[in-house]
Amino acid sequence: MKPRHKKLAMIVAGVTALGVASVLVLNAFQSNLVFFFSPTQVVAKEAPIGKSFRIGGLVTEGSVQRDNSGTKIHFSVTDTSHTIPVVYTGILPDLFKEGKGVVAQGKMSDNGVFLADEVLAKHDENYMPPEAAEALEKAAKTQKASLAE
Amino acid sequence: MSINWYKYSSPSSFYSLAGKMIPVFAVLAAILLVSGLYVGFFVAPTDFQQGEAYRIIFIHVPAAWMSMFLYVVMAIWAGIGLAFNTRLSSMMATAIAPTGAMFTFLALWTGSLWGKPMWGTWWVWDARLTSELILLFLYIGFMSLQAAIDDPRRADKAGAIIALVGVVNIPIIYFSVQWWNTLHQGASVSVNQAPAMASTMLTGMLIMVFAAWMYAIAVILKRVRVIILEREGHTAWVAELQKEGIA
Repeated sequence: MKPRHKKLAMIVAGVTALGVASVLVLNAFQSNLVFFFSPTQVVAKEAPIGKSFRIGGLVTEGSVQRDNSGTKIHFSVTDTSHTIPVVYTGILPDLFKEGKGVVAQGKMSDNGVFLADEVLAKHDENYMPPEAAEALEKAAKTQKASLAE
Repeated sequence: MSINWYKYSSPSSFYSLAGKMIPVFAVLAAILLVSGLYVGFFVAPTDFQQGEAYRIIFIHVPAAWMSMFLYVVMAIWAGIGLAFNTRLSSMMATAIAPTGAMFTFLALWTGSLWGKPMWGTWWVWDARLTSELILLFLYIGFMSLQAAIDDPRRADKAGAIIALVGVVNIPIIYFSVQWWNTLHQGASVSVNQAPAMASTMLTGMLIMVFAAWMYAIAVILKRVRVIILEREGHTAWVAELQKEGIA
């Protein structure tokens, strides 16, 4: 092996070793790299108890209720297998909608309600004109209807 | 007909080749930028959930892709320079860093401007955003380290180490949205899936990506020419250029 090939081999080996090391480190820190917990994880007590954490999922259809005072809002977050009720006082992001993604930061209260002090909207990766979105929705509805028959 | 590629690994012949290529890439960049922005702002339809605000994607995504791609190219040149002691490769790595850092900053900045109206926050410490910020620090670290060492050959070696070590961050940025829960959404365009975008939106974005490529090539070649002149200042051919008044 020529010296420069040896050098190249050493660089390749070094970068590979580093890659393996970072995979191991990232695996070890897996739980700390999570931005939010799903309702299922919260029910399974995987989320920190008594401390502030984030919960993420979809806003349950028909769950959004505003108090008469205006800024206090009740809704629930679901991952379709479990649902957690949330209370929040403040301004919601524009994309906050029933059936859409949401990430809320706060604490679990003793009676199982999540007291949020920040609510963020999480949107998906799809981009399309409104007409296309409408057409897709219509198609989904007819499919549902035909399945029900 | 065969081209002697090795000829262009010498700084003097690459200097003149780069000089001829710069105008071509600069003109292409300008044409693509204008047509990309036109498609992005006037042809592409409004988005069903984000309205007009999504149009920042035409700058955000090309900038983010270039920030990652340029880092990989920089690390490859730095690695070749380290392994084979080829001067020009290390100069290429040095020339790429500022443009890469600029695109990284642009991606973070436009992302922040986009995050406020859509997500409700300028910044969150999720895996995607944090790893992209680390990329900016890697670029800045590479540039500062090289600037801090007077001997250019030692600076090249030290910089190459940072560049190669930092490469592990690139797959982390790219796959962060798949590996962990993040606020940032998943990829709309990927190799193994049909793009999750309307086709005119995608066209506009891809034109902007090519514009960013052409711009990056033109600017990097321009910068590498300056670096060549600086480092080869002691040679006869640079002295000749100076005599002719070209440089």
